[in-house]
Parts: sequence; C-alpha cells; structure tokens
Amino acid sequence: MVTVTLWGSLRDLTDGQEVVEVEASNFKELLDALQRDHPALGPQIKRGVSVAIDGRVYRNSWFTEIRPDSEVVLMPYMKGG
Amino acid sequence: MNYPVKTKTDFKVVGTRVPRPDGVDKVTGRALYGADFSVPGMLIGSVLRSPHAHARIKSIDTSAAEALPGVKAVVTSADFGVPEDDFLRDVQDNCMARGKALYHGHAVAAVAAKDAQTARAALKLIKVDYEVLPHVTDVDAAMAADAPVVQEGRADESVPAGSGPNVTNFHEFGHGDLEAGFARADLVLERSFKTEATHQGYIEPHACLATMSAGRGELWCCTQGQFMVRELCAGIMQMDASQLRVTASEIGGGFGGKTTVFIEPVALALSRKSGRPVKIVMTRDEIFRATGPTISSSMDIKIGMTKDGRITAADAQLRYQGGAFPCQTVSFGAQAAFAAYDLEAVRAQGWNALTNRPKEAAYRAPGAPVAIYAVESVVDELCQELNLDPLDVRLLNAARDGTKASYGPTFDQIGLVATLEAAKAHPHYSAPLGENQGRGLSCGFWFNFGGNTCVSLNLNSDGTVGVTEGNPDIGGSRASISMMAAEELGIPYDKVRTVITDTNSLGHNDVTDGSRVTFAVGMATIKAARAAIEEMCARVAKIWGIDEDAVYWEDGYAKPSGPNAGNFEPMSIAEIAAIASETGGPIAGHHEVNAEGAGVSFGVHLADVEVDPETGATKVVRYTVFQDAGKAVHPDYVEGQMQGGSVQGIGWALNEEYIYGEDGKLQNAGFLDYRVPVASDLPMIDTVILEIPNPGHPYGVRGVGETSIVPPLAALSNAVSRAAGIRLHELPMSPPKILKAMMSKG
Amino acid sequence: MKNIHVSTTVNGDNVEFICPPGETLLDALRDRIGLKGAKEGCGTGDCGACTVEMNGEIVCSCLVLGAEAEGAEIKTVEGMANGDTLHTLQQSFIDNAALQCGICTPGILVAAKALLERNPDPSETEIRYWLAGNLCRCTGYDKIIKAVQIAAAEMRGA
Repeated sequence: MVTVTLWGSLRDLTDGQEVVEVEASNFKELLDALQRDHPALGPQIKRGVSVAIDGRVYRNSWFTEIRPDSEVVLMPYMKGG
Repeated sequence: MNYPVKTKTDFKVVGTRVPRPDGVDKVTGRALYGADFSVPGMLIGSVLRSPHAHARIKSIDTSAAEALPGVKAVVTSADFGVPEDDFLRDVQDNCMARGKALYHGHAVAAVAAKDAQTARAALKLIKVDYEVLPHVTDVDAAMAADAPVVQEGRADESVPAGSGPNVTNFHEFGHGDLEAGFARADLVLERSFKTEATHQGYIEPHACLATMSAGRGELWCCTQGQFMVRELCAGIMQMDASQLRVTASEIGGGFGGKTTVFIEPVALALSRKSGRPVKIVMTRDEIFRATGPTISSSMDIKIGMTKDGRITAADAQLRYQGGAFPCQTVSFGAQAAFAAYDLEAVRAQGWNALTNRPKEAAYRAPGAPVAIYAVESVVDELCQELNLDPLDVRLLNAARDGTKASYGPTFDQIGLVATLEAAKAHPHYSAPLGENQGRGLSCGFWFNFGGNTCVSLNLNSDGTVGVTEGNPDIGGSRASISMMAAEELGIPYDKVRTVITDTNSLGHNDVTDGSRVTFAVGMATIKAARAAIEEMCARVAKIWGIDEDAVYWEDGYAKPSGPNAGNFEPMSIAEIAAIASETGGPIAGHHEVNAEGAGVSFGVHLADVEVDPETGATKVVRYTVFQDAGKAVHPDYVEGQMQGGSVQGIGWALNEEYIYGEDGKLQNAGFLDYRVPVASDLPMIDTVILEIPNPGHPYGVRGVGETSIVPPLAALSNAVSRAAGIRLHELPMSPPKILKAMMSKG
Repeated sequence: MKNIHVSTTVNGDNVEFICPPGETLLDALRDRIGLKGAKEGCGTGDCGACTVEMNGEIVCSCLVLGAEAEGAEIKTVEGMANGDTLHTLQQSFIDNAALQCGICTPGILVAAKALLERNPDPSETEIRYWLAGNLCRCTGYDKIIKAVQIAAAEMRGA
C-alpha cells in the first residue's frame, strides 16, 4: 500500500479524507486505484493530475515507480508560460 | 558505454557565451516572422469583433459582404462544427463566438478578400443583430450570487455548494492547524489586495498563412508550439493530424501568450471556403482585446508572526477571473503562494470566476506573480511592524531541502537559502539610499516542468552535426541546444547547427512553456548524442576488431579503453563520418521522451525605488536579481531571461493594467495607453546567477524563464512603502494611486 | 482613388513602386519592395518596430504614407551591413546578446545608428531616452543599452 496525500479541496470527494491508502506500484496503478476506490475523483483525474513522488513532480509518465515508502502527493496538472 | 549517474560538472562548451546562430538573420532583417511570409494568390483575412461586452447573437447577415467584389469567403461559427471535448470547444468558441459574444472584441465573423482594404470594407457590410446582455468584468462582482451569468453550467465538482453562478472551480492546499498557529503569533495581519490583468505584450502580432484544399492543410504561423497548433486546428477542422502540416515562423515574443490559437482555425476555414491561401495578421487593438491577458485578482492574506520573526500560520484566499472561459490558473497561484516558506500551518484557497473578458492565456509563471505579491507584501509589513530585517525573516522561515512544501510534497534539492544568502552578502543590500528612496525585496518561485520532447541528431559526412528539434526558440535555445550537443560529442560549438522543424519531421513536442526547453530539449539532445556516440563506438570496435565495450568516447574521438583493448590510434568524429557509408550507412541518434524531473526554481529580487512626492511617480533606481539556474548553459541568455522577466514584473507593478469602462469595453487597447516599460524608465538590471545543480538533469540544468517575473511586484510595493511611507494593496501602483495615498496620509 | 506612382531611393538604390494613396511607407517597403526588415508591432507609432530613416530623420514608417517617399532617401536595417561585413552596432548586438526574439531589433538598430551619427559618445541616460520610442519586451533593455555603449566606444576608436 502507498499513502497518498490529496490536496485539500479533494477531501469532499473522498469522504473527508486528505490522506488515502491505495495499492499501487506506479503512477498508472495509482490513478486506477484512486478512481476505483474513490470514483468521485474521476472527473479531476480526467482533467489532469500531476503526482509528486518523493518531492519530484511528474506530470504523467504512467510507469514511474512508486515504492511502498514513497511520499506521494497528488497535484493539479501543471502548465506554464 | 556507461554514463555517470552523477551530474556533470566539468564543462568545455556549456557555460561559455557563444554567438547565437540566429543572430545575423535577426540583425540584418532577414529573419522571417509570422507576418513576413507570402505566397502567390494569397488572400487577406480580417476578423469582425463584438462591440459589446456580452450579447446574444440573434442573427448574422453576411450577404452584402459576400457580394462585394474581391471578397472570396466569409465565415461565422456556422462554418465550424461543435467539438464534444470541453477544452477544444472553448478554444474554438474563443476563436469564433457561437451563440453569444462573451467579451468586447470576441470574434463573430471573418472575411477573406483580395486585399486588406477590401476585407476591411467587407467587415462593415456584415450585419449582426445583437441582443445586449448585462455584463460583469470585475472578479468580486462576478463571484456574487446575483451576477450576470457569463456561461451556464461550467462549474466543476470542486465548487462548494452556494457559490455564485460564475464560479467554475475551487482549490485548496495546505497542512497543519491554522487556529493554533495564529494563536501562537505575537502579531497577525490580515490584508486584502486587488490586481488588474496585464498582457504579455509581445511586439510581434499574431500572424498566420493557411492553405487548405482537398482536405489537406499547410499552416505557417508564429507560435510557441507548432504541434499544439496542429492538434487544436486538426481537432477544430475535423481533419487528421497527418493532413495538416504546421511550420513555426521565427517568433517575435510569446511569454506564454502564444500557447494557444486565435486566428489559425479562422484562416484555415477561410482558405477551405475560398480555395485560396489566406493570411491573417492581427492588429495591436485586436491583440489587446482578444488575446490572452492574465487573470485579474482579489485576494485576502492572513499571516501570523512571533516577535522574533517566525511565521506561525499563513492563510490565503485567492479569487481570480480568467475571462469568459474556465481557467485553472488560480490553482497554480494557490500552490505557489507560500512555496518559499517552511510553515507548520498553511492554507491557500482559490476560486475562479467567469467574466466578460478575453480568455486568459498563460503569461510567465501563470498565477504565481499576484499570489506571491500579496504574501510577500504582508510578510514585509509584519517585518516593518515588528522592526525586523526582511531578509533575515525570509532566511529564518525559508523553505529548504526537506521542507514540506505548502502545496504538499517535500522539497529535495532547492536553492532558496543560498539565493537569500547571496542577496544578503551583496553590496546592494547594504548600499545607502537617497532621499525619497526605499529598498524592497521579494522571493519568487515557479515549478518548472519537462514534457514531451523529440530530438534528432544527424552526423554529416564531414563530421559536423545537425540537430533537429521541435520547440520554437524564444530566448536563445538553439544556441543552448547546440552547446549541449557539442559538449556531449566533444566537438566545437560551431560544428553543430540546430534547426526547429515542422510538425511532419518529428514526433509530438509540447509547446515552448513551463521553462522547459533548455531542460527537456537539452536532455533529449544529450541522450540523442549519446545514441550517436554508441553507434560510432560500435562501428570503430568493428574496424578495430575488438569488443564494443573496449571503445570509449572522449573529446570527439573514439579511443581504445586501455592497454588490454589494443594499441589503436583514436578515430575522430570526422574520420568516422567519412567512412560511415562503408561501415553500415549514415549515423544518427535520436531521443523521444516525456521529460520529468525538472527542478523547482527560486529567485530573490532587490529593488531600490525613488518616489516623487510631487507626482507620485515611481522610478526604479537600482535592481538586482538573484536566481538559481541549476547550470547556466549560456549565461548571457540566462541573464536575459532574468532581466526580461524582471522588467515585465516592473511593468505589472507600476503601470500595466487592463482598464474597463462601465460599459464593459476595454479602454486602453494600444501601447500608448497600455504602458509597458520603455528604456528610459529603467536602470541596468544586475544579475547574480547561482548554480545549484538539478539532480534531474545530466548537466544539472533548471528552467530559468519564468521565476523572474514573480518577485518584482512585491519587491517594488515593499520598496514604495519604505520610500513613501504608504503601502498600497493594489496593482498597478500608478502615479495617481500613489499620490492619492501620500496626500491622504498628509 | 487611383494608385500613385512613387520614385524613391532605398538603401542607395533607385526604386519605383505603385501604391494606393492610403498605404503606409511600412507596407510599401514590405509588400511592394520586399524589404521585410521593418516590422509592424502596433501600426500607431507607439512601438518603434517599423523605424526607418527618411531624409536623415528616423520615422515610424507606419505613420508615413508610401506616397510621401517620392524623391526621398530611405534607409532601412537591410542597408546597414556593408556586404558581408556587419555594421559595428549589428555585431555588437550579437556579441553582447542584445536580442532575444529579435522583432524589435531592426528598429532599434536603425534608431541607435542615428543616435551615434549625431552623438558618438552618448551617456547611458541619453541612450535610454533616445531609444524610449522603441519597445523591447524580451530583454529589459539592459543588454541593448550595453551593446550600444560598446559599439559607440568601438566606433570612436575606429
């Protein structure tokens, strides 16, 4: 299991939880597990999310490895100028 | 060959100041920009725009325009389909209003004619029957429950129940116990801020030349991303991407504003209808009225501090409007607001509201400048009230390696503390100030990212190298890419030529944005060079009849790896290239990647200003930028990014603003009334580049393009407050506002 | 209204063109003579990207009519280099990284050349005020000012 920190405004979609645990060993599995366990996150995940794994932000890259002890933080999909 | 996992630190080419490959073309007037390209038989397109801020389009009668001799096509929204995808539909509807004109300047029809005069005359013959609707342009007014509704049903699931009808999205970030944090503070300040929208202000107008016939299209345009243009236009025109080739011209400035399309689908539609090539060049008036300004904002900030300067809690409410279409920019503002601080208790909330203004487009570090302006202003005011040194307070509270960022993750290697220490040690920080002068400082932050990137590197038969990449060069990246290829191959810079190609010649490249190009294209170039080196070493191993592992690459030569490998004369890249035909054919390397691992970027700016007590005018008298570049590939261009971004921020702070009348019309759609900084407004912009390597890049490179626009807003506001003894909570700090504040203080 | 026939001199060459009475000199240079170096950034004389020299004075060519070029002597950025040898200012802009996107560069070079012809040793303030009519959005002007100073010193020494 990995521990995923969501951003604050997502907690209304996860029964008030800001930290959830899901079974995942990479970014893709993380997205699948989040949508399976918390279907209300679906629209946001479809719009786009980034994930910070051990402090490093990944914008997509499904096969990025997540270890059980990784720090995993969900973030909105980033864009720039 | 095995490459070191550690970041490279010994450079021969990277870090030098070589001449840019596009320099001669640009100083002789030969460089071809968007408006500089023509083809035989070309028509001129022109766009009719809404005179109203908000109006239902009851009907459009184009018959008189079509009947005018010389007019070859007229298009309206009826000439386009209705994309199912929300994002694509918004892009299309922004290019051509469907049903309602949503802002003053929104395109409602377009004409292609034999020349510009005829096209302009034809626009006057188009009869649009409007039903004028109530409008809203201010963000706070737009948030209200009884505000005029810009678009129905655009709120996503994040919007709290009971929000006004224009609120489209809500975001919250943070951690810790705010209440307990504020209780521990010796002083808590709560301040409200407003900032106006600014425009990217690129000097080159949007321009394109489209040819579309028999389902096949050719498009030449100025853009930050030809692949983005192809994707959006192919979607809007309902054609296969393979049938549309987009070539990016030389780009005359973008700053984020050329990361979408405005006229390109319109030109394609006019060309399809007329069967002729169609060129559209926007006027400056159109650029201001209908292309990407930034968000405007209304913000409430609350920060608590102990009397020795420790921040105990911090809270921000950000309300942004990004025009008539949903916009996520406030989420970046909310994430960036407190990024420079190591905080136990922090919260940032952001709301976006629709207004009757043009659709927001990205502008250097989108969303971050205004949020950080508000936060850095309150931190400075706390320092003033508690009589603390503002730089020491930043150092005391600075985010560092291991800090849990206000937006969630734990920072790994970041350079903020080193940047602050460099500012503190710099002579600028302790230099004496004159009468009516004050010094301000601010931190700045941007995320940076990588993204999809393709590079092809070809060895020419004389041993020189061609690099093909797909990202328009907005700040000197062709030079930087050539430098990294030369560095990796161990050959001189002038043996490499980098060109930016069309959409048919490489796989997809994300737009030039997010400070990504030197980072991501550089990374792909290094990897492509390594692939070519592998191939060269393999060929040489065969010639020498030894194992591939026994050949290594150094300074442009394949060499035997030691006495055991055999005693062979090293072979140069030119020698290997000369016999490529005999050893298996042409040699090339390529790399395709979705680059991740861009390191975040921090900057600190020091600004000295002088405020004229008679006029309220602010003059910047000294300015120094401190920023971590990871590794400065071409220091001149890194400095250029830092200087250019700073001056855009200075403009945002002092003069630049969108001014709307009661009628919802933009009142200053030109460079005379929308005042960007000119040479005589400014001092030299001094720069200090720090190099704290980014572990996510082989050379340690971090993006540098965006962070520099962030700190000037608060640095100038803080300097003005110390120079004039008044603190404004509003941008821009134009002379009348400062004068009024000074007079009411007495 | 009928088109107008114009005889003029551009970068030392005799040139003739026909243009509508309302056409700007900028459009005539770009579309009739094929000199695309002068750029239109605003069309209202505010940005300076279209700066050319006309009878020894620098003008915004977007504010001059093509017809006014009759009998005049026009100089544009295309006339600055001598064959393959760049003007000192052009070389200095490359050497000192005084351009990024380059769209303002032709106008700034023409304006800077006119300054140095009048004042070979301008102060920083004089350069800044002389170039105040030429907008640059990329550089923050710092490297432009330095490039003009360095070119001026070189031209004084040469």
